[in-house]
Amino acid sequence: MREINVSEITRVVKEMCISVNYRLSPDMQKALDKAWNDEESELGKKILSQLQDNLYIADNDQIPICQDTGMAVFFFKVGQDVHFVGGDLTEAINEGVRQGYREGYLRKSVVGDPLIRKNTGDNTPAVVHYDIVPGDKVIVTCAPKGFGSENMSRVFMLKPADGEEGVKAAVVQAVKDAGPNACPPMVVGVGIGGTFEKCAEMAKEALTRPVGEHSDIDYVRDMEEEILGRINETGIGPAGLGGKVTALAVNINTYATHIAGLPVAVNICCHVNRHLTKTL
Amino acid sequence: MDIELQAPVDKNKVKNLKAGDMVYITGTIYTARDAAHKRMYEALAAGDKLPISMEGNLIYYMGPSPAREGRPIGSAGPTTASRMDKYAPALLDLGLGGMIGKGKRSKEVIDAMKRNGAVYFAAIGGAGALLSKAIVESEVIAYDDLGTEAIRKLKVERFPAIVVIDSTGENLYERIS
Repeated sequence: MREINVSEITRVVKEMCISVNYRLSPDMQKALDKAWNDEESELGKKILSQLQDNLYIADNDQIPICQDTGMAVFFFKVGQDVHFVGGDLTEAINEGVRQGYREGYLRKSVVGDPLIRKNTGDNTPAVVHYDIVPGDKVIVTCAPKGFGSENMSRVFMLKPADGEEGVKAAVVQAVKDAGPNACPPMVVGVGIGGTFEKCAEMAKEALTRPVGEHSDIDYVRDMEEEILGRINETGIGPAGLGGKVTALAVNINTYATHIAGLPVAVNICCHVNRHLTKTL
Repeated sequence: MDIELQAPVDKNKVKNLKAGDMVYITGTIYTARDAAHKRMYEALAAGDKLPISMEGNLIYYMGPSPAREGRPIGSAGPTTASRMDKYAPALLDLGLGGMIGKGKRSKEVIDAMKRNGAVYFAAIGGAGALLSKAIVESEVIAYDDLGTEAIRKLKVERFPAIVVIDSTGENLYERIS
């Protein structure tokens, strides 16, 4: 048994919340550079160059890339040989979020109840997905999610007969419906299979896969490339003002499903696709 | 076409703006997003006065991140405008000169814009750090308890935006799709 004090979790969560909101991961920076090269629309190119300026200013002036610093989402892959000591793990994560959002000058965007809608004032609670895995490590992924794009995300409960073409059409439709609202160029996370909630969680986790890395399943990789091609033919373009680059990547995760179903979730993320992973 | 625009706006000048024009806004604008709109809407329903005059003013759909010491504001990009669609026609009928946000608008909003000669601008979504550079002063003037959603009076200098829907209802997003 390896012991980890939850105060260590608070410290790591706090640091991740701050750094992920000030600097995009190298894969995203690279994808935006490539987008600028690929874009043919004059206005689209101008917008992409302003997005690059925005990243530079954020890093240089220590100002968040986007004012929507998100609801804090975490994936915790916890080794089954780890024993947490020193307090409640989930509360330790929330304390890290609280400290990070305060000390990092990040926006507090969470209301405590979906209908009463009073701001909690410290961006807690976080949304935490736990997974128990073999070993004695803890892999933490921090992926704060803005709601401009979150609001445009969808779950489709397709029929098995809809097949691959049904899945592709659903993803492209979700992106078309999102249009300018989701701050394109987007990253599109897709979950296929599982159950209603499992496919949504897979779509979210797919967004944390570095842009440029593909699924290791051959047919899924082909689908990722084909759907990206179709999305970029829609002409939505940067900021929805027309152009070739509407999405930077389509990342698909899959899982076994029921004989009667074909669930598909599409989690759309804007160009500020923040994700950071640390192993403890 | 690149156009310098003074805010509050002169409605006669607003009528000359065309979908697709790039504008640089200088002057005073106000922020309001979901919660502030709901409160203003309720104030109107109750027959109360609004905390700001709508006449010729521009509302920026934006809730900033906190400012560091010595700076006027934090990151300050637009939020999705369609969430304000329920509330916008009433404000347009009170003389609101224009709105700055991102994303599509409803038919009801566009009709109210045409009726009142107003425009809808898009600022670049997700470029909050860059856009904050065009904001030189910021002051909370109403609904302080709403935190980031409070109404702020902003002094802006050459704030960049694109006319997406003009006062005739011509819509740049529609042209693209």
